Amino acid sequence: MKEELVDRIESNPKYQELVSKRNSFGIKLGIFVLVMFYTFILTIAFNKEVLATKVGDGLTTIAFPIALAILVISFITTLIYVKRANGEFEDLTNEIKDDVKDLL
Amino acid sequence: MLKILALISIITLSAFAAGDASFEATKRELNIPAIIMFFAFIVFTLGLTVWAARKTKSASDFYTAGGGITGFQNGLAIAGDYMSAAAFLGVSGLIYLKGYDGVIYAVSFLVGWPIILFFMAEKLRNLGKFTFADIAAYRLAQKEIRTLAAFGTISVVVLYLIAQMVGAGKLIQVLFGMEYEFAVILVGVMMIIYVTFGGMLATTWVQIIKACLLLTGVSFMAIMVLYAFDFSFESLAVKAVENHTAGESILAPGGFISDPISAISLGMALMLGTAGLPHVLMRFFTVGNAKEARKSVVYATGFVGYFWVIITIVGFGAIAFLNSADGAQYFVDGKLFGGNNMASIHLSHMLGGNAFLGFISAVAFATILAVVSGLTLAGASAISHDIYSNVINTNATDEQVVKISRITVVIVGVVGVTLGIAFEEQNIAYMVGLAFGIAASANFPILFLSIYWRGLTTRGAFLGGLCGLLTAVTLVIVGPIVWVSILGNEEALFPYKHPALFSVTTAFIAIWFFSKTDNSQRGKDEKERFRAQNVRANTGIGADGAVSH
Repeated sequence: MKEELVDRIESNPKYQELVSKRNSFGIKLGIFVLVMFYTFILTIAFNKEVLATKVGDGLTTIAFPIALAILVISFITTLIYVKRANGEFEDLTNEIKDDVKDLL
Repeated sequence: MLKILALISIITLSAFAAGDASFEATKRELNIPAIIMFFAFIVFTLGLTVWAARKTKSASDFYTAGGGITGFQNGLAIAGDYMSAAAFLGVSGLIYLKGYDGVIYAVSFLVGWPIILFFMAEKLRNLGKFTFADIAAYRLAQKEIRTLAAFGTISVVVLYLIAQMVGAGKLIQVLFGMEYEFAVILVGVMMIIYVTFGGMLATTWVQIIKACLLLTGVSFMAIMVLYAFDFSFESLAVKAVENHTAGESILAPGGFISDPISAISLGMALMLGTAGLPHVLMRFFTVGNAKEARKSVVYATGFVGYFWVIITIVGFGAIAFLNSADGAQYFVDGKLFGGNNMASIHLSHMLGGNAFLGFISAVAFATILAVVSGLTLAGASAISHDIYSNVINTNATDEQVVKISRITVVIVGVVGVTLGIAFEEQNIAYMVGLAFGIAASANFPILFLSIYWRGLTTRGAFLGGLCGLLTAVTLVIVGPIVWVSILGNEEALFPYKHPALFSVTTAFIAIWFFSKTDNSQRGKDEKERFRAQNVRANTGIGADGAVSH
């Protein structure tokens, strides 16, 4: 990639906006997933009796709905990310590409 | 091609014939529907390979199916790679054996996906071409980084391959009464044909078809199980508790993950290892652009997540059905025929008779075949693209590179078959965990830091990556499984089964240290080149797109 092109893109405010918005969005969602998963793992490691609590009068424990919730929430976070990334972030990327069209 | 088809039929038929003798010993009747479906699948996928072979001309076609795979197709293929025999047979078997502890594995296997999406997927697509080493070596010295990356790739591929080969051999042995050695050789020959002739296109389509068949088959099993309990999970749980010797404890975390260090270490290996599996990473290069790359992760996460839900139902269903009076026919001397990994296979027979058993068997075989093909292709790319065309012969033509990869496929196939036979008695699930551990320690840190850290230099990546790889391998050897169980020593030098927590940390610290202390001119130039790399990673400007093909 040409030095001039790199300079032009880096100084483009839209590029700076894209990078900072996307990074902070990714990090927030990433931390959310990590905290959720490690809360689960650390509960198993240090206090697994909690997960043996029964749901209502039956034998089924809360460990099952929790596992299901982690699977579903993980999927939903990917949906949330892609909705914004393939919309807002993709538009920004295309605008940046447009701005440097003459150098491509 | 026709000659090869004929040869396969002869080998297969003779293998079945040779297997007849062992039927007496296993007291199993020849399952005609299973064999018909099995052959139907082989003929169909070979036809697919012939079609793909006609379309595969350039190196790009061979490695990335020409970059023309859509996000949805790629999502299915990634999910297919992930839903390996170890996942399907291993996790359902683990739930059958231990109850909820198996579910912990399932959950841990999924959470790596959102992380890959947020931090890796689009950057992989924007920077890479054929292998993950393209990214790691983007601004660093080609020779060192590609050699190390190829080394990491081959280690992971071989470990994973052995696990799948052992699973395949056992499955075919149980289903068809074929000799174990014949079964492994059959899988090896099929795999070599798919990959050498059809390349990534055939491998991807076999993976997509298999993913659909697997999801359909297991869904049907889960619905049949729930139907028997009026769609009440509680009734299923009550029946499972009644039939399991461990009683109510199967409904909560048990002793499988005993100490905090092991729990954290295993979670880390399964999560970060996903982002370091070479055969999964290379799938991000088969789609046209970053947008499709992101979409493929959403589809993959959805399919894999759904898969774990139905596998959980099937696992508990296996406890409820197989451990009953009717299920006694599947036991030989008080043990499940073929081992606990065959729980879902026997359950399919109980639920749907010979026809459904035939379907599930064909699907399980397809699963193994598709995954080993993807693995072999990843190994071949590492040798031909990273080592041959970037280190040994930098002027290599497309034809030469594809030729070298085809030769590598045959070699990897032979190695896989040989080790598959040698490792017949090894634990499949543990070997897969090990492959994840090495991927997390050797491949992931270099890949992640090369994308995000400006200060990374060749010296840091090479020495640090080597430290990660060696730490992981050493800790495994002196750990409880190899040191005590295999080598027969009294006490392990390293007390934990999973080394990821220590080896991943070592890799990151070592890479940081050796990069920081690198004051060479080369190191300075490499830091300079980060700017251009980062712009391309963020925007995709300059990336190899589907347009260029």
